[in-house]
Amino acid sequence: MSTLKAILALTPRSLVNRRVTAGLTVFAIAVSVMLVLGVEKVRHEAKASFANTISGTDLIVGARSGSIQLLLYAVFRIGNATNNISWKSYQAIAERRDVAWAVPISLGDSHRGFRVMGTTADYFRHYRYGTKRPLKFRAGQPFDDVFDAVVGADVARALGYELGDPIVVAHGLGAAGFSSHADKPFKVAGVLAKTGTPVDRTVHVTLAGIEAIHVDWRGGSRVPGLTITAEQVRRMDLTPKSITAFMVGLKSRLSAFAVQRAINGHSREPLLAILPGVALQELWDLIGTAETALAAVSMFVVAGGLLGMLTMLLSGLNERRREMAILRAVGARPAHVFVMLISESALISLAGSALGVAMLYAGLLIGQPIIDARFGLYLPIAPPSAADLTILALVFSAGLVAGALPAYRAYRHSVADGMVVRT
Amino acid sequence: MSGTTSGTMIDLRDVRFRWRPGDDPVIDIAGLTVAAGEKLFIKGPSGGGKTTLLNLLGGVARPEAGRIAIAGTEITALAGARRDAFRADHIGFVFQMFNLIPYLSPVDNVVLPCHFSAARAAAAAARSGSPAAEARRLLGQMELDADALGPGPAAELSTGQQQRVAVARSLIGAPALVIADEPTSALDHDTRAAFMDLLFREVAAAGATLLFVSHAAGREAGFDRTLALTDINRSAAA
Repeated sequence: MSTLKAILALTPRSLVNRRVTAGLTVFAIAVSVMLVLGVEKVRHEAKASFANTISGTDLIVGARSGSIQLLLYAVFRIGNATNNISWKSYQAIAERRDVAWAVPISLGDSHRGFRVMGTTADYFRHYRYGTKRPLKFRAGQPFDDVFDAVVGADVARALGYELGDPIVVAHGLGAAGFSSHADKPFKVAGVLAKTGTPVDRTVHVTLAGIEAIHVDWRGGSRVPGLTITAEQVRRMDLTPKSITAFMVGLKSRLSAFAVQRAINGHSREPLLAILPGVALQELWDLIGTAETALAAVSMFVVAGGLLGMLTMLLSGLNERRREMAILRAVGARPAHVFVMLISESALISLAGSALGVAMLYAGLLIGQPIIDARFGLYLPIAPPSAADLTILALVFSAGLVAGALPAYRAYRHSVADGMVVRT
Repeated sequence: MSGTTSGTMIDLRDVRFRWRPGDDPVIDIAGLTVAAGEKLFIKGPSGGGKTTLLNLLGGVARPEAGRIAIAGTEITALAGARRDAFRADHIGFVFQMFNLIPYLSPVDNVVLPCHFSAARAAAAAARSGSPAAEARRLLGQMELDADALGPGPAAELSTGQQQRVAVARSLIGAPALVIADEPTSALDHDTRAAFMDLLFREVAAAGATLLFVSHAAGREAGFDRTLALTDINRSAAA
């Protein structure tokens, strides 16, 4: 048996001898490795999921403003449109030969803190998120009647809505607006499954319904003396004169830039068409500093775990001087003592990393359905990515570097002590 | 390897050692010769340079002047790693206490020198078939039953048992020289006598030279020769 092999064979036995402290150190590193890989995974999937908040839609068209502003109000229901666009413009673009479908949306009202969005039943057919996942109904179905509403998963959960419950839309965005459309309530016709997108926090109503509740309104307030009942309104023409924005699906994605240019140069009114993927990337770049902070914090946790290992090895060093001296007496070189200590930190880092990966996958197996249901974030269970392996290699290298200090001290001890420890 | 060769086992000439330049020398020995197969008792008070002498003989420390030859090899002329290898091949050590790696079994402790010396591993294998078998045989000679001791850590043995395991280790692979440093000081009177009997018997059976260092007077019985470290080390009184 070679000397080196004998020295390395001592390492696990020496660690087993100190199994409580060594085990805790391994566990601390495992927790930090699990955390850093877990954060990395969530970060990666959150970014992918964010970039796919809306997918399968080639263009979003609204009044001319900024692309991020349009994205914010049309997709994230944040902020307001500066202007509406005319129904005529919508029709003109929807009828283009290269356009497969166009779904109008109308924003501006709210329901108990949730945004109300007027749209058509096509919305539920064409909207895609994530990896082209369609919207799924947990209960009910898309619009059938003018006063049908479909609520997102968060809305249903927060307000306890079930099929058939009435919904009174408030005019404007105040949570408890004085002016409401109480005379024309909607009825919950469908409840969507969780998506992890702003769809969850949206009350969808028909475009005709939005038009209907506003027929006796002008300029943001009720017309005095004019009262049109829900029954009367059904018989009226409820085609809107204007909408907030619309989503466009193209027959071929290759024509996206050409159509975008055509819409931006629309002569009848100033319009803006954006590619959602590009605008989402711009938005992520704005808010992405949080992700960097998260990554930095998890790296500090790893550093903490490795410091724990350093502490354990250094504090154990003094009581192990006799062990080193015995090895010296039977013929070990100081270099052997160095190797023995460095192999301890290698083994601890390795075991910690392996345990951390195991804990991560166990956590994913347990947590995946819960996270998907609660946050709409689907975390696929896949083999470690190249980035994960890089992180593991970094943790291992950092473990070796940290282990070099106690190993060097042990080396110095064994040179100074020789075969007899002077106490 | 065998200590039965006639001639000189240890030869020190004008050896001087000090910890730092400018310090008084700890060791200053004009000459010390130990014959092969001899059992020598060196009596010296604690702090008289005893430990340093052992480190010099083992090649762990290097004198600033003079030469040390063991079994015909001038170890003072060897580089550090070669001295470590030479120690592994030729010298077995028994210390006062804490001789054993606490988490290894008694047999694994005895086998330890064979990992650092191919020659001793070969000698042990030639004698009993394998180093582990030779370890069991030596433990048996030291009146310890390896099977009864079991695979548990050596730290669980009594002090007397640990010292006997240490002697077995110093003898495995038949090194030419066994150096014992106060191996009995942690033992009580009866155990001590039995231990010395076993040590003499097994060192003689192995044909090794024995250098026994102790601060205690009155333990010279059974040795071929007794030296006082204070007589040979000129700096000891300083």
